[in-house]
Amino acid sequence: MRTLAYLLIGIVFGITMFKSEAASWYRIYEMFKFESFHMYGIIGVSVVLGMIMIQVIKRFQIKSFYGEKISFPPKQKSFARYAFGGILFGFGWALAGACPGPMFTLLGAGFFPIIIVILASLLGTFVYGLLKDKLPH
Amino acid sequence: MSWIYEPWPWYVSGVMIALILFLLIMVGKNFGMSGNLRTICSICGAGNKARFFQFDWKAQRWNLIVVLGAIIGGFIAHQFLTVETSVALNPNTVADLQSLGFENAGETYLPEKLFSTAVFTDFKNILLLIVGGFFIGFGARYAGGCTSGHAISGLSNLQLPSLIAVIGFFIGGLIMIHLIFPLLF
Repeated sequence: MRTLAYLLIGIVFGITMFKSEAASWYRIYEMFKFESFHMYGIIGVSVVLGMIMIQVIKRFQIKSFYGEKISFPPKQKSFARYAFGGILFGFGWALAGACPGPMFTLLGAGFFPIIIVILASLLGTFVYGLLKDKLPH
Repeated sequence: MSWIYEPWPWYVSGVMIALILFLLIMVGKNFGMSGNLRTICSICGAGNKARFFQFDWKAQRWNLIVVLGAIIGGFIAHQFLTVETSVALNPNTVADLQSLGFENAGETYLPEKLFSTAVFTDFKNILLLIVGGFFIGFGARYAGGCTSGHAISGLSNLQLPSLIAVIGFFIGGLIMIHLIFPLLF
């Protein structure tokens, strides 16, 4: 039952990524050129609604659908990892025009060269794992 | 219902992403896609090479199901919910891309140059996809999240680290497109 819920959420996510054009390489390029409001609108609306939602859940201690307590673990405090990691991610996001959700959506949509991006992102993750202790965090 | 076949406007798309965030929170999970890359590495045995991959990946199976859904969703959206896949770009963007050698920008969902099957025999562009993918995977794990984990979930939860990461995403993206693209294309 829970598995079905995750699958359905994923399907809605995939459809949204494709139909919103957030999975289009062109939209990412246009965003970084500041030549369209489209991507800023998408991120802006979802973040504003997300903030309200999380505040409400925290304030009223709303329980999950399964009656469990909902917790929001804070991100570990640091600067280097977020700044350096973020910049490197930005290089990839702009070059491949996809991020780790939409790239799977594009695979399903039948754009097979995206498999190269997916495999390379697994390699990048693996190399990070190898170098983790040597990098400033 | 004919609107569903058109590209969705930003306000519909933003509400839908917020809905996905809401549903994941309410089933006791979180919204973050790049963690799946680590999970897949662990399943493939990367734990033998680095401690980073020795974790209870089975606890992350739910997120792989979400990824499976995202793949199916892409199939459904492209096959059944889309008539015309062109992207209505700003004419300035189209002109910029033209000057970089991207013909007919926006007439297809993705640029033919990088994402048509001809790329499989095109050494330069295949290399660009590999480099792009590598940075996505490396950077996302280094930063501890990607667009979903930091830009959507983290900012929604007012996390300063996520703000730093998102500013980083933009610095990286701006450098890539404004300074590096003219050298690559």
